[in-house]
Amino acid sequence: MMDDFLFRAILGGVLLAVVCGPFGAFIVWRRMAFFGDMLAHTALLGVALGLLIGVDIRIGMIATCLVAALLLSYGQRQARIGSDTVLGMLAHSTLALGMVALAFVQGVAVDLMAYLFGDILAINTGDILLLAVGGAFAFCVLAWMWRPLLALTVSPEIAAAEGIPVERLRLVFMLLMALVIGMAIKIVGVLLITALLIVPAASARFFARTPEQMAIGAGLFGAASVLAGIALSWHVDTPAGPSIVISAAAIFILSAGFAPVMRKLTSGA
Amino acid sequence: MTAPLIEGRDLVLSFGNERVLDQVSLAIHPGEIITLIGPNGAGKSTLVKTLLGLQKPDSGEVVRKQGLAIGYVPQKLAIDQVLPMTVKRFLTLTRSVSRAECEGVLAQVGAGHVIDAQMSQLSGGETQRVMLARTLLLRPHLLVLDEPTQGVDVSGQAELYRLIDEIRHELDCAVLMISHDLHLVMAKTNQVVCFNRHVCCHGQPETVRQHPEYRSLFGVREADAIGIYTHEHDHEHDLSGHVVAGCGHDHSHDHHHHAHDHVTTVKEGAETNQ
Repeated sequence: MMDDFLFRAILGGVLLAVVCGPFGAFIVWRRMAFFGDMLAHTALLGVALGLLIGVDIRIGMIATCLVAALLLSYGQRQARIGSDTVLGMLAHSTLALGMVALAFVQGVAVDLMAYLFGDILAINTGDILLLAVGGAFAFCVLAWMWRPLLALTVSPEIAAAEGIPVERLRLVFMLLMALVIGMAIKIVGVLLITALLIVPAASARFFARTPEQMAIGAGLFGAASVLAGIALSWHVDTPAGPSIVISAAAIFILSAGFAPVMRKLTSGA
Repeated sequence: MTAPLIEGRDLVLSFGNERVLDQVSLAIHPGEIITLIGPNGAGKSTLVKTLLGLQKPDSGEVVRKQGLAIGYVPQKLAIDQVLPMTVKRFLTLTRSVSRAECEGVLAQVGAGHVIDAQMSQLSGGETQRVMLARTLLLRPHLLVLDEPTQGVDVSGQAELYRLIDEIRHELDCAVLMISHDLHLVMAKTNQVVCFNRHVCCHGQPETVRQHPEYRSLFGVREADAIGIYTHEHDHEHDLSGHVVAGCGHDHSHDHHHHAHDHVTTVKEGAETNQ
């Protein structure tokens, strides 16, 4: 019989990977990897705030990510400072602020490593429930705005000309991303979440002919990475979060090598 | 006169200290073909973005007719390699369309063979054809084209203009075309707006061509280049030939002779509109 904590880890991890698939695809298409990274960094501040104020740290992380996303959508409109600079400043200031704030938390031994690299084997039923509800919500909203968001990604001008509310969609997507990242940190951690978002999507690119194929492929590769990572962690006793990312990277390398072979086979048929 | 499809009123926009739109008013009525010309950096694309609602003006307003459908064809559509997208999928970007319909419109623009190709692998000309095929599916009231023949070779350009004209007739829509290649455009259009951060002058192609602001904007040499394509000869080399960046008024020569209204082009297939 499988251990309970292992079952929870697999369930939570696969759930997250499936949600991350289509989001990761959009992050890759819209070149928002750095943005995702920055959101993740702010989550540490959320942990500190959660502990200081005394609210659930999951809520703290999601809330800080959402606020950071709002700040950024405003900051990016300021043309005088480049948006990558705005991102970098916010990311590292909030990370530093989070660390300083954590130092003020009295009496609680904060396992920093768990937040930086995730602790999938420690997720509890509450985490799974949050992932299921929040993940389903993010997934459904993304599915609902899929077509206009894709049009916006292809060309904001075309989208605007055809009456798509460009600014509103951008904001909603950023907020959804913040939600997903806020939920994911418990599992793969601040430093690795971007990898779980973009690496499976990049692997799926090799085999996809349409955006939808790439999004589904990203979900599948992500789930495979989670399973392989947990297996690796289980058998060789490696840290789970980094193992998942290594698995995702291995899948990417295999995909890159395999794709040309497959192309040759299909074109020869 | 019928209500305009879209109208910009007193649009003002600055980026930092630089004023890009200066009290611009522009209305497009049903059936009109308006060509917006102006030098590089004149803010043509910014004006169009403002009209489309992508860019908020500092002041002024854009009034869109209720239920107005706009088809937009950008200068060039660079779909990133990282985004897998077949031509078929691109045609269904904002609405569901059957494969048969896609095949139909692609055949109409002479791009039937690319339906399963990746957008990122199309040539410049093919991409613009696919863009035009998409507007056929949209059936817009207004077609906005931002330098639609950029990145297409010269023989392809004439063909594209022919296609645009054909599509305009089929859709019976108004057209707003941005251009800086004056030669082909001037003969196709019934209203030219000469633009450099503000509307310098507008009117029939011939009127604009004679306008001193237009001549100073493009420089005498460039302005006269159009003469090659028209049946007249009025070489008034009054300026030194410098391209004047602003719209300096120059009333030194007479610009009120409207004797030549038959503007034709040498290009084959670039027939004038009725």
